[in-house]
Amino acid sequence: MSAAPTPVDVGCVVVVLTNLALLGASRLGLAVRIVALQGCAVGLLPWLAHVDDPTAHVVALSAAVLALKGIVFPRFLNRALRDAEVRREEEPYVGYSTSLLLGVALLAVALWCGARLPLPGRATPSFGVAVALSTLLTGLLLLVARRSALHQVIGYLVFENGIFGFGVPLVRDNPLLVEMGVLLDVFVGVFVMGITLFHLQRDLRHLSADRLSALKDSEP
Amino acid sequence: MILALLLLPALAGTAAFFVKGDRTRRALLVCVALAHLALVGAAWIVRPPPLVAGWVGLDAAGLVVLTLASALFCVAALYAVGYLAREGVGPRAEFDEGFLFTNAPEAVFTGGLLWLLATLSLVAASRHLGILWVAIEATTLSSAPLLYFHRHARSLEATWKYLLLCSVGIGIALLGNFSLALAAQAAQAVPGSADGGVSPLALDAWLAHPGALDPTWTRVAFLCLLVGFGTKMGLAPMHAWLPDAHSEAPSLVSALLSGALLNAAFLGILRALQVLGAAGAAGAEHLAFASPLLIGFGLTSLAFAAVFILGQGNYKRMLAWSSVEHMGLLAVAIGVGGGGIGAALLHAVNHSLTKGMLFLLAGNILHAYRSRATRDVTGLLRTLPVTGTLWGIGLLAITGTPPFGPFVSEFAILRACFAQGHAAVGVVTLALLAVVFLGMARALLRMTQGPVPAERAGAAPAESGWPAESWWAVAPPALLATFVIGLGVYVPPVVQHALREAAALLGGR
Repeated sequence: MSAAPTPVDVGCVVVVLTNLALLGASRLGLAVRIVALQGCAVGLLPWLAHVDDPTAHVVALSAAVLALKGIVFPRFLNRALRDAEVRREEEPYVGYSTSLLLGVALLAVALWCGARLPLPGRATPSFGVAVALSTLLTGLLLLVARRSALHQVIGYLVFENGIFGFGVPLVRDNPLLVEMGVLLDVFVGVFVMGITLFHLQRDLRHLSADRLSALKDSEP
Repeated sequence: MILALLLLPALAGTAAFFVKGDRTRRALLVCVALAHLALVGAAWIVRPPPLVAGWVGLDAAGLVVLTLASALFCVAALYAVGYLAREGVGPRAEFDEGFLFTNAPEAVFTGGLLWLLATLSLVAASRHLGILWVAIEATTLSSAPLLYFHRHARSLEATWKYLLLCSVGIGIALLGNFSLALAAQAAQAVPGSADGGVSPLALDAWLAHPGALDPTWTRVAFLCLLVGFGTKMGLAPMHAWLPDAHSEAPSLVSALLSGALLNAAFLGILRALQVLGAAGAAGAEHLAFASPLLIGFGLTSLAFAAVFILGQGNYKRMLAWSSVEHMGLLAVAIGVGGGGIGAALLHAVNHSLTKGMLFLLAGNILHAYRSRATRDVTGLLRTLPVTGTLWGIGLLAITGTPPFGPFVSEFAILRACFAQGHAAVGVVTLALLAVVFLGMARALLRMTQGPVPAERAGAAPAESGWPAESWWAVAPPALLATFVIGLGVYVPPVVQHALREAAALLGGR
């Protein structure tokens, strides 16, 4: 790796920082803004990775992802947040400082794994894999550590960002595969989760997945 | 013809949203189901040519999964006519907790069912891992509204878990696809050339000319695909959504989820194995990596299921856990390889038919007794004679008692374990199956025997008698029962041939 940071490195650093910020964010409004920032950074990655000779395809994909992850999803989340009238997560399963520590530990694990998974070619820096992996793990941590359904959706978006990060080195050779991923993200993210959240909030009057615990195995 | 198989249910599903009359819509459902089954029958006679550059086509394994889905859908569609008629409209009380709820519009339900058939057909006909992935994701989306047919908090909880866990699973499977593409790039990329080499994602091209795969990325890919599709298939410890979703969904949806959808996810794992095993000596090495993983996940599923079935107080959850058990059995069988692969495919057939029948019967029992608790259901043989008899047959069959179909395939799986030198795996499997048998036999005896309850829970005094069983409710499961019994005695040569051909795709016998 060269001494001077490449544009992709900058993008990766932004993603890592937003991961950590998300783990420490207790106010949902703040979490939505951070996830929007991360969406923008992730959306720019395909373009930054091919900044020397960007094909029209790569630019179009970048723009589409940026628009979705950076603008559409956060707007939708903000609306759900306003309707649900929840401002902050009261008692997460895992506290914020513990989450942060876990996040740093996951980052270390991701760096360790990333060093053992060399990427073919030189499309991304070698720690691209580590960053994608750490984003993915952060998303999963958010999914299990937070009580509110809205926060879980944010966790799912972060998880998806991580998967998209893995797809970046494939954009040139297997664009169809990466696009498929984006397409279905849209579907899951907007339509289904949106509809379910709508019902969650209308039927249960609150957006806490914690209350969703009636189903369990009973004694005979 | 494949195009017709895919478009017919998709278009009909869309049309179902616009059809006004309930009776017309139900007729549409049954007609499309029968037409689809007829088309599948035609595909058995003349194998249809592949489409879209060989990305969509039917091989023996796909045809088996497609036939199961179509046949089960047909039976479920017939059951749906009676089910939707007795569901009615307007608010009513929930069985377990007594709060009031309404149903989703029937048009949404019918449309979702038909869309599920379309997406299941696409899964079976995928010859490209990317398409397969899209199709499996689409099955999740089309089945979610079916789970949330009864609009109350319990089914919402089940739907939420189902969506969230399966979406994460499917995301991990996408990661598997990415890794597989990277594995090919890493091993085949020639510096300075734009040619990416052979892609392992397009199945036909890859099987004809398999290229090299980078071993590390291949392992990552298989692990991701196994965990991803395994989530959808209900392998422990990624199974958490399954007992909730299968017990809360309307019974005919549970039948389709257990009988058809789990097989579709299983096909995803089979396709991954097919790609890995294609590359000669390196392929054998990849499979040697996959085998202990499959056996490990399989035995874990069996163990979880055994524990939860033994103390289970809810008969629909018991059936759901039994699905976890059988999916574990399938994973063990393809893990040991050899004769296990053919046995696994036969067992998938037997499990689908038996479990489909049991869930439909559970719907009848739930309707009559208005309780999901095993302890509330007694004297089944006297209150609902046909349902009770079939329920007994079904529970005996699903636990692997002779002379039913699942016995034959479970026996073949165990034989394969010992023949392939996995004696310890065989012994553990057998022990866990025995525990499951105990748990299910207890429920069977409790429910079919015993006194008839003095009064029906929640029934108005005017309708205190036990309802007569309608043809719509008992004929579909009875039809499945004949197949379950039949397959225990005689597997037709056509089916045997197809299963052998499918097993050969994976290097099995």
